[in-house]
Amino acid sequence: MIREFTLNDVYYLLLAARWTLALTSIAFLGGGAVGLIVAVMRISPFSSLRLASTLFVNVVQGIPLLAWLFVFFFGLPILVGVRVSPWAAAVAAYAVYAGAFLGEIWRGCLQAIPRQQWEAGASLALSFASQLRYIIVPQAIRIAIPPTVGFLVQLIKNTSLAAVIGFVELTREGQLTTAATYRPFSVYIVVAAIYFSMCFPLTQWSRRLERTLRVAR
Amino acid sequence: MKYTFNFRDVWAQWDFLMSGIAVTIILTIVTVLAGSAIGALGAAARVYGRPWMRALAACYVECIRNTPLIVQLFIVFFGLPSAGVRLNAMTAAMIALAINLGAYATEIIRAGLEAIPKAQIEAGYSLGLSGVQVFRYVVLIPALQIVYPALTSQFVLVMLATSVVSQISAPDLFHVASIIQSRTFRDFEIYAIVASVYLALALALKSAFAAIAHVAFTRR
Repeated sequence: MIREFTLNDVYYLLLAARWTLALTSIAFLGGGAVGLIVAVMRISPFSSLRLASTLFVNVVQGIPLLAWLFVFFFGLPILVGVRVSPWAAAVAAYAVYAGAFLGEIWRGCLQAIPRQQWEAGASLALSFASQLRYIIVPQAIRIAIPPTVGFLVQLIKNTSLAAVIGFVELTREGQLTTAATYRPFSVYIVVAAIYFSMCFPLTQWSRRLERTLRVAR
Repeated sequence: MKYTFNFRDVWAQWDFLMSGIAVTIILTIVTVLAGSAIGALGAAARVYGRPWMRALAACYVECIRNTPLIVQLFIVFFGLPSAGVRLNAMTAAMIALAINLGAYATEIIRAGLEAIPKAQIEAGYSLGLSGVQVFRYVVLIPALQIVYPALTSQFVLVMLATSVVSQISAPDLFHVASIIQSRTFRDFEIYAIVASVYLALALALKSAFAAIAHVAFTRR
Protein backbone atom coordinates (compact mmCIF):
# COMPACT_ATOMS: atom_id res chain seq x y z
CA MET A 1 0.00 0.00 0.00
CA ILE A 2 1.22 3.47 -0.84
CA ARG A 3 0.96 5.89 2.05
CA GLU A 4 1.17 9.67 2.09
CA PHE A 5 4.39 11.65 2.55
CA THR A 6 3.65 13.47 5.81
CA LEU A 7 5.44 15.50 8.45
CA ASN A 8 6.05 12.22 10.24
CA ASP A 9 8.32 11.14 7.38
CA VAL A 10 10.18 14.43 7.57
CA TYR A 11 10.69 13.70 11.27
CA TYR A 12 12.10 10.25 10.45
CA LEU A 13 14.41 11.79 7.88
CA LEU A 14 15.66 14.20 10.54
CA LEU A 15 16.26 11.26 12.85
CA ALA A 16 18.23 9.50 10.10
CA ALA A 17 20.36 12.62 9.72
CA ARG A 18 21.78 11.75 13.16
CA TRP A 19 23.42 8.71 11.58
CA THR A 20 24.88 10.90 8.86
CA LEU A 21 26.40 13.07 11.60
CA ALA A 22 27.56 10.03 13.59
CA LEU A 23 29.27 8.50 10.54
CA THR A 24 30.82 11.87 9.68
CA SER A 25 32.20 12.25 13.22
CA ILE A 26 33.73 8.77 13.32
CA ALA A 27 35.08 9.12 9.77
CA PHE A 28 36.60 12.46 10.70
CA LEU A 29 38.26 11.07 13.83
CA GLY A 30 39.60 8.01 11.99
CA GLY A 31 40.59 10.06 8.96
CA GLY A 32 42.23 12.64 11.20
CA ALA A 33 44.43 9.98 12.81
CA VAL A 34 45.40 8.53 9.42
CA GLY A 35 45.83 12.02 7.96
CA LEU A 36 48.16 13.13 10.72
CA ILE A 37 50.42 10.14 10.10
CA VAL A 38 50.30 10.70 6.33
CA ALA A 39 51.08 14.42 6.64
CA VAL A 40 54.09 13.81 8.89
CA MET A 41 55.34 10.97 6.66
CA ARG A 42 55.05 13.25 3.63
CA ILE A 43 57.45 15.82 5.13
CA SER A 44 59.67 13.40 7.05
CA PRO A 45 63.43 13.34 6.36
CA PHE A 46 63.25 9.67 5.26
CA SER A 47 62.67 9.22 1.54
CA SER A 48 61.13 5.75 1.97
CA LEU A 49 58.41 7.16 4.26
CA ARG A 50 57.79 10.02 1.83
CA LEU A 51 57.49 7.60 -1.08
CA ALA A 52 55.12 5.28 0.79
CA SER A 53 52.83 8.10 1.86
CA THR A 54 52.83 9.68 -1.62
CA LEU A 55 51.87 6.32 -3.07
CA PHE A 56 49.09 5.92 -0.50
CA VAL A 57 47.65 9.37 -1.24
CA ASN A 58 47.77 8.89 -5.01
CA VAL A 59 46.16 5.47 -4.90
CA VAL A 60 43.38 6.54 -2.52
CA GLN A 61 42.63 9.73 -4.43
CA GLY A 62 42.67 7.94 -7.77
CA ILE A 63 39.90 5.49 -6.88
CA PRO A 64 36.28 6.53 -6.33
CA LEU A 65 34.95 6.40 -2.77
CA LEU A 66 32.20 4.12 -4.01
CA ALA A 67 34.83 1.57 -5.04
CA TRP A 68 36.56 1.87 -1.65
CA LEU A 69 33.27 1.15 0.10
CA PHE A 70 32.75 -2.00 -1.97
CA VAL A 71 36.36 -3.13 -1.67
CA PHE A 72 36.14 -2.86 2.12
CA PHE A 73 32.65 -4.32 2.30
CA PHE A 74 33.59 -7.38 0.24
CA GLY A 75 37.33 -7.39 0.91
CA LEU A 76 37.45 -7.19 4.71
CA PRO A 77 35.60 -10.51 5.15
CA ILE A 78 38.33 -12.14 3.02
CA LEU A 79 41.19 -10.55 4.91
CA VAL A 80 39.74 -10.88 8.41
CA GLY A 81 37.75 -14.03 7.79
CA VAL A 82 34.48 -12.73 9.24
CA ARG A 83 31.52 -11.01 7.65
CA VAL A 84 31.67 -7.30 8.45
CA SER A 85 28.70 -5.07 9.15
CA PRO A 86 28.06 -2.07 6.90
CA TRP A 87 29.16 0.04 9.90
CA ALA A 88 32.63 -1.51 10.07
CA ALA A 89 33.13 -1.40 6.30
CA ALA A 90 31.95 2.20 6.07
CA VAL A 91 34.13 3.39 8.96
CA ALA A 92 37.21 1.67 7.53
CA ALA A 93 36.60 3.02 4.02
CA TYR A 94 35.94 6.57 5.21
CA ALA A 95 38.97 6.56 7.52
CA VAL A 96 41.23 5.63 4.60
CA TYR A 97 39.53 8.07 2.24
CA ALA A 98 39.46 11.03 4.66
CA GLY A 99 42.99 10.18 5.79
CA ALA A 100 44.42 10.65 2.30
CA PHE A 101 42.65 13.98 1.73
CA LEU A 102 43.33 15.38 5.21
CA GLY A 103 46.94 14.20 4.94
CA GLU A 104 47.36 16.22 1.73
CA ILE A 105 45.64 19.29 3.20
CA TRP A 106 47.74 19.21 6.36
CA ARG A 107 50.96 18.54 4.47
CA GLY A 108 50.34 21.77 2.58
CA CYS A 109 49.80 23.61 5.86
CA LEU A 110 52.98 22.18 7.40
CA GLN A 111 54.97 23.11 4.31
CA ALA A 112 53.56 26.64 4.38
CA ILE A 113 55.61 27.33 7.51
CA PRO A 114 58.88 29.03 6.48
CA ARG A 115 61.99 26.87 6.37
CA GLN A 116 63.75 29.17 8.81
CA GLN A 117 61.40 28.04 11.56
CA TRP A 118 62.73 24.48 11.16
CA GLU A 119 66.28 25.76 11.05
CA ALA A 120 65.73 27.85 14.19
CA GLY A 121 64.45 24.73 15.93
CA ALA A 122 67.40 22.68 14.72
CA SER A 123 69.86 25.31 15.94
CA LEU A 124 68.26 24.99 19.38
CA ALA A 125 69.17 21.28 19.18
CA LEU A 126 65.54 20.16 19.02
CA SER A 127 64.86 16.77 17.45
CA PHE A 128 62.64 16.43 14.35
CA ALA A 129 59.71 15.43 16.58
CA SER A 130 60.25 18.35 18.96
CA GLN A 131 60.59 20.86 16.10
CA LEU A 132 57.34 19.56 14.70
CA ARG A 133 55.56 19.48 18.05
CA TYR A 134 56.65 22.81 19.52
CA ILE A 135 57.43 25.04 16.54
CA ILE A 136 55.75 23.93 13.31
CA VAL A 137 52.40 22.40 14.33
CA PRO A 138 51.23 25.28 16.58
CA GLN A 139 51.69 27.68 13.67
CA ALA A 140 50.32 25.30 11.03
CA ILE A 141 47.07 24.65 12.92
CA ARG A 142 45.96 28.22 12.33
CA ILE A 143 46.32 27.84 8.56
CA ALA A 144 44.82 24.35 8.64
CA ILE A 145 41.46 25.15 10.21
CA PRO A 146 39.60 26.71 7.21
CA PRO A 147 40.45 23.96 4.67
CA THR A 148 39.76 21.29 7.29
CA VAL A 149 36.28 22.69 7.92
CA GLY A 150 35.84 22.79 4.14
CA PHE A 151 36.75 19.12 3.92
CA LEU A 152 34.28 18.34 6.71
CA VAL A 153 31.55 19.57 4.34
CA GLN A 154 32.83 17.16 1.66
CA LEU A 155 32.77 14.37 4.22
CA ILE A 156 29.15 15.05 5.26
CA LYS A 157 28.10 14.95 1.61
CA ASN A 158 30.15 11.85 0.88
CA THR A 159 28.62 9.86 3.74
CA SER A 160 25.58 9.70 1.43
CA LEU A 161 27.44 7.03 -0.56
CA ALA A 162 27.38 4.66 2.43
CA ALA A 163 23.72 4.17 1.52
CA VAL A 164 24.77 1.82 -1.30
CA ILE A 165 26.20 -0.80 1.07
CA GLY A 166 23.03 -0.69 3.15
CA PHE A 167 24.11 1.76 5.82
CA VAL A 168 20.93 3.55 6.92
CA GLU A 169 21.68 7.27 7.03
CA LEU A 170 19.88 10.25 5.52
CA THR A 171 20.09 9.24 1.84
CA ARG A 172 19.17 5.59 2.52
CA GLU A 173 16.24 6.72 4.68
CA GLY A 174 15.21 8.91 1.74
CA GLN A 175 15.30 5.87 -0.57
CA LEU A 176 13.21 3.86 1.92
CA THR A 177 10.70 6.70 2.31
CA THR A 178 10.46 7.02 -1.48
CA ALA A 179 9.75 3.31 -1.77
CA ALA A 180 6.92 3.60 0.76
CA THR A 181 5.31 6.86 -0.38
CA TYR A 182 6.28 7.05 -4.05
CA ARG A 183 6.91 10.79 -3.76
CA PRO A 184 10.55 10.93 -4.94
CA PHE A 185 10.58 14.64 -5.75
CA SER A 186 9.29 15.83 -2.36
CA VAL A 187 11.37 13.30 -0.42
CA TYR A 188 14.68 14.06 -2.12
CA ILE A 189 14.09 17.83 -1.96
CA VAL A 190 13.62 17.44 1.82
CA VAL A 191 16.74 15.25 1.99
CA ALA A 192 18.71 17.85 0.03
CA ALA A 193 17.39 20.60 2.31
CA ILE A 194 18.55 18.69 5.40
CA TYR A 195 22.03 18.22 3.90
CA PHE A 196 22.06 21.91 2.98
CA SER A 197 21.18 22.96 6.53
CA MET A 198 24.07 20.84 7.84
CA CYS A 199 26.66 21.95 5.26
CA PHE A 200 25.85 25.59 4.58
CA PRO A 201 26.69 26.91 8.10
CA LEU A 202 30.01 25.04 7.93
CA THR A 203 30.78 26.47 4.48
CA GLN A 204 30.09 29.98 5.72
CA TRP A 205 32.13 29.39 8.86
CA SER A 206 35.08 28.12 6.82
CA ARG A 207 34.86 31.20 4.59
CA ARG A 208 34.77 33.54 7.60
CA LEU A 209 37.77 31.81 9.19
CA GLU A 210 39.67 32.21 5.94
CA ARG A 211 38.93 35.93 5.87
CA THR A 212 39.89 36.59 9.50
CA LEU A 213 43.10 34.63 9.07
CA ARG A 214 44.07 36.61 6.01
CA VAL A 215 43.58 39.85 7.95
CA ALA A 216 45.58 38.54 10.90
CA ARG A 217 48.59 37.83 8.73
CA MET B 1 42.91 -16.59 5.06
CA LYS B 2 41.32 -19.48 3.21
CA TYR B 3 39.93 -17.54 0.27
CA THR B 4 41.10 -18.53 -3.19
CA PHE B 5 41.15 -15.68 -5.64
CA ASN B 6 39.67 -16.43 -9.01
CA PHE B 7 39.91 -13.78 -11.67
CA ARG B 8 39.12 -16.07 -14.63
CA ASP B 9 35.34 -15.65 -14.55
CA VAL B 10 35.75 -11.90 -14.35
CA TRP B 11 38.24 -11.70 -17.21
CA ALA B 12 35.79 -13.69 -19.32
CA GLN B 13 33.55 -10.61 -19.21
CA TRP B 14 36.27 -8.32 -20.52
CA ASP B 15 34.23 -6.99 -23.48
CA PHE B 16 31.42 -6.04 -21.16
CA LEU B 17 33.88 -4.31 -18.83
CA MET B 18 35.26 -2.36 -21.79
CA SER B 19 31.78 -1.09 -22.67
CA GLY B 20 31.51 0.24 -19.13
CA ILE B 21 34.88 1.97 -19.42
CA ALA B 22 33.76 3.58 -22.68
CA VAL B 23 30.59 4.92 -21.04
CA THR B 24 32.59 6.31 -18.12
CA ILE B 25 34.95 8.09 -20.53
CA ILE B 26 32.07 9.52 -22.59
CA LEU B 27 30.30 10.71 -19.43
CA THR B 28 33.50 12.38 -18.26
CA ILE B 29 34.10 14.18 -21.58
CA VAL B 30 30.51 15.44 -21.84
CA THR B 31 30.48 16.53 -18.20
CA VAL B 32 33.80 18.35 -18.43
CA LEU B 33 32.76 20.24 -21.58
CA ALA B 34 29.27 21.17 -20.37
CA GLY B 35 30.40 21.84 -16.80
CA SER B 36 33.21 24.15 -17.93
CA ALA B 37 30.80 26.10 -20.15
CA ILE B 38 28.37 26.49 -17.23
CA GLY B 39 31.30 27.43 -15.00
CA ALA B 40 32.57 30.15 -17.36
CA LEU B 41 29.07 31.63 -17.70
CA GLY B 42 28.42 31.38 -13.97
CA ALA B 43 31.73 32.99 -13.07
CA ALA B 44 31.16 35.83 -15.55
CA ALA B 45 27.70 36.36 -14.02
CA ARG B 46 29.11 36.35 -10.49
CA VAL B 47 31.87 38.84 -11.25
CA TYR B 48 30.50 41.13 -13.97
CA GLY B 49 26.74 40.49 -13.84
CA ARG B 50 23.92 42.68 -12.61
CA PRO B 51 22.99 42.25 -8.93
CA TRP B 52 20.19 39.76 -9.68
CA MET B 53 22.54 37.69 -11.86
CA ARG B 54 25.14 37.64 -9.10
CA ALA B 55 22.54 36.55 -6.56
CA LEU B 56 21.25 33.84 -8.88
CA ALA B 57 24.75 32.49 -9.58
CA ALA B 58 25.64 32.57 -5.86
CA CYS B 59 22.43 30.70 -5.01
CA TYR B 60 23.17 28.06 -7.67
CA VAL B 61 26.70 27.54 -6.38
CA GLU B 62 25.68 27.26 -2.73
CA CYS B 63 22.73 24.94 -3.39
CA ILE B 64 24.84 22.53 -5.43
CA ARG B 65 28.00 22.63 -3.33
CA ASN B 66 26.15 21.98 -0.06
CA THR B 67 24.19 18.90 -1.14
CA PRO B 68 25.49 15.46 -2.17
CA LEU B 69 25.79 14.52 -5.84
CA ILE B 70 23.81 11.32 -5.32
CA VAL B 71 20.80 13.30 -4.00
CA GLN B 72 21.03 15.70 -6.97
CA LEU B 73 21.09 12.68 -9.25
CA PHE B 74 18.02 11.18 -7.54
CA ILE B 75 16.13 14.48 -7.86
CA VAL B 76 16.86 14.66 -11.59
CA PHE B 77 16.20 10.99 -12.34
CA PHE B 78 13.46 9.99 -9.87
CA GLY B 79 12.03 13.40 -8.97
CA LEU B 80 11.63 15.19 -12.31
CA PRO B 81 9.23 12.62 -13.84
CA SER B 82 6.61 13.76 -11.29
CA ALA B 83 7.01 17.24 -12.80
CA GLY B 84 6.42 15.72 -16.24
CA VAL B 85 10.08 15.53 -17.33
CA ARG B 86 11.05 11.93 -18.06
CA LEU B 87 14.72 11.32 -18.79
CA ASN B 88 16.62 8.12 -19.48
CA ALA B 89 19.43 7.21 -17.11
CA MET B 90 22.25 8.45 -19.35
CA THR B 91 20.65 11.86 -20.00
CA ALA B 92 19.81 12.30 -16.32
CA ALA B 93 23.38 11.37 -15.39
CA MET B 94 24.87 13.88 -17.84
CA ILE B 95 22.55 16.68 -16.69
CA ALA B 96 23.16 16.07 -12.98
CA LEU B 97 26.94 15.75 -13.41
CA ALA B 98 27.17 18.87 -15.59
CA ILE B 99 25.11 20.92 -13.13
CA ASN B 100 27.27 19.61 -10.28
CA LEU B 101 30.59 20.33 -11.97
CA GLY B 102 29.26 23.69 -13.19
CA ALA B 103 28.90 24.91 -9.61
CA TYR B 104 32.45 23.95 -8.64
CA ALA B 105 33.84 25.33 -11.91
CA THR B 106 31.99 28.61 -11.31
CA GLU B 107 33.76 29.07 -7.99
CA ILE B 108 37.16 28.10 -9.39
CA ILE B 109 36.92 30.29 -12.50
CA ARG B 110 35.54 33.19 -10.43
CA ALA B 111 38.70 33.09 -8.31
CA GLY B 112 40.72 33.30 -11.55
CA LEU B 113 38.68 36.21 -12.94
CA GLU B 114 39.09 38.14 -9.69
CA ALA B 115 42.85 37.62 -9.89
CA ILE B 116 43.07 39.55 -13.18
CA PRO B 117 44.26 43.12 -12.42
CA LYS B 118 41.95 45.91 -13.51
CA ALA B 119 44.79 47.60 -15.38
CA GLN B 120 45.07 44.58 -17.67
CA ILE B 121 41.44 44.94 -18.73
CA GLU B 122 41.93 48.66 -19.32
CA ALA B 123 45.00 47.88 -21.42
CA GLY B 124 42.82 45.62 -23.54
CA TYR B 125 40.24 48.36 -24.12
CA SER B 126 42.91 50.92 -24.95
CA LEU B 127 44.11 48.59 -27.72
CA GLY B 128 40.64 48.93 -29.22
CA LEU B 129 39.39 45.45 -28.40
CA SER B 130 35.64 44.98 -28.02
CA GLY B 131 34.05 43.89 -24.73
CA VAL B 132 33.74 40.27 -25.88
CA GLN B 133 37.31 40.24 -27.18
CA VAL B 134 38.61 41.67 -23.89
CA PHE B 135 36.70 39.01 -21.95
CA ARG B 136 37.98 36.25 -24.14
CA TYR B 137 41.64 37.15 -24.69
CA VAL B 138 42.54 39.44 -21.80
CA VAL B 139 40.45 37.99 -18.98
CA LEU B 140 39.23 34.43 -19.57
CA ILE B 141 42.33 32.79 -21.03
CA PRO B 142 44.81 34.24 -18.48
CA ALA B 143 42.29 33.46 -15.71
CA LEU B 144 42.01 29.85 -16.88
CA GLN B 145 45.78 29.62 -16.88
CA ILE B 146 45.85 30.72 -13.22
CA VAL B 147 43.20 28.25 -12.09
CA TYR B 148 44.27 25.42 -14.42
CA PRO B 149 45.62 23.15 -11.62
CA ALA B 150 42.50 23.58 -9.46
CA LEU B 151 40.17 23.14 -12.42
CA THR B 152 41.84 20.01 -13.78
CA SER B 153 41.97 18.31 -10.39
CA GLN B 154 38.24 19.01 -10.16
CA PHE B 155 37.90 17.27 -13.56
CA VAL B 156 39.68 14.20 -12.18
CA LEU B 157 37.36 14.22 -9.15
CA VAL B 158 34.38 14.38 -11.50
CA MET B 159 35.67 11.42 -13.50
CA LEU B 160 35.76 9.43 -10.24
CA ALA B 161 32.36 10.80 -9.23
CA THR B 162 30.77 9.42 -12.42
CA SER B 163 30.79 6.07 -10.59
CA VAL B 164 27.79 7.37 -8.61
CA VAL B 165 25.57 7.28 -11.75
CA SER B 166 25.57 3.47 -11.42
CA GLN B 167 22.97 4.08 -8.69
CA ILE B 168 20.43 5.18 -11.32
CA SER B 169 21.55 2.27 -13.55
CA ALA B 170 23.38 4.31 -16.16
CA PRO B 171 25.60 1.65 -17.80
CA ASP B 172 28.96 3.04 -16.64
CA LEU B 173 31.97 1.05 -15.41
CA PHE B 174 30.67 0.74 -11.88
CA HIS B 175 27.23 -0.43 -13.00
CA VAL B 176 28.84 -2.99 -15.27
CA ALA B 177 30.86 -4.15 -12.26
CA SER B 178 27.74 -4.77 -10.19
CA ILE B 179 26.20 -6.78 -13.04
CA ILE B 180 29.35 -8.89 -13.41
CA GLN B 181 29.32 -9.35 -9.64
CA SER B 182 25.81 -10.74 -9.71
CA ARG B 183 26.73 -13.05 -12.61
CA THR B 184 29.96 -14.44 -11.18
CA PHE B 185 29.67 -13.88 -7.38
CA ARG B 186 33.32 -12.80 -7.45
CA ASP B 187 32.71 -9.65 -5.36
CA PHE B 188 36.22 -8.82 -4.30
CA GLU B 189 37.90 -9.68 -7.60
CA ILE B 190 35.61 -7.51 -9.72
CA TYR B 191 35.83 -4.50 -7.42
CA ALA B 192 39.61 -4.83 -7.19
CA ILE B 193 39.81 -4.79 -11.00
CA VAL B 194 37.39 -1.87 -11.30
CA ALA B 195 39.31 0.10 -8.65
CA SER B 196 42.52 -0.44 -10.63
CA VAL B 197 40.86 0.70 -13.85
CA TYR B 198 39.68 3.92 -12.16
CA LEU B 199 43.16 4.45 -10.77
CA ALA B 200 44.67 4.02 -14.25
CA LEU B 201 42.10 6.42 -15.74
CA ALA B 202 42.81 9.00 -13.02
CA LEU B 203 46.57 8.81 -13.54
CA ALA B 204 46.16 8.97 -17.33
CA LEU B 205 43.90 12.02 -16.99
CA LYS B 206 46.36 13.73 -14.63
CA SER B 207 49.30 13.19 -16.99
CA ALA B 208 47.22 14.32 -19.98
CA PHE B 209 46.36 17.57 -18.21
CA ALA B 210 50.00 18.08 -17.24
CA ALA B 211 51.03 17.52 -20.87
CA ILE B 212 48.40 19.98 -22.12
CA ALA B 213 49.62 22.58 -19.63
CA HIS B 214 53.18 22.02 -20.82
CA VAL B 215 52.22 22.59 -24.46
CA ALA B 216 49.67 25.38 -23.94
CA PHE B 217 51.23 27.47 -21.20
CA THR B 218 54.93 27.37 -22.05
CA ARG B 219 55.97 30.85 -23.14
CA ARG B 220 57.86 30.83 -26.39
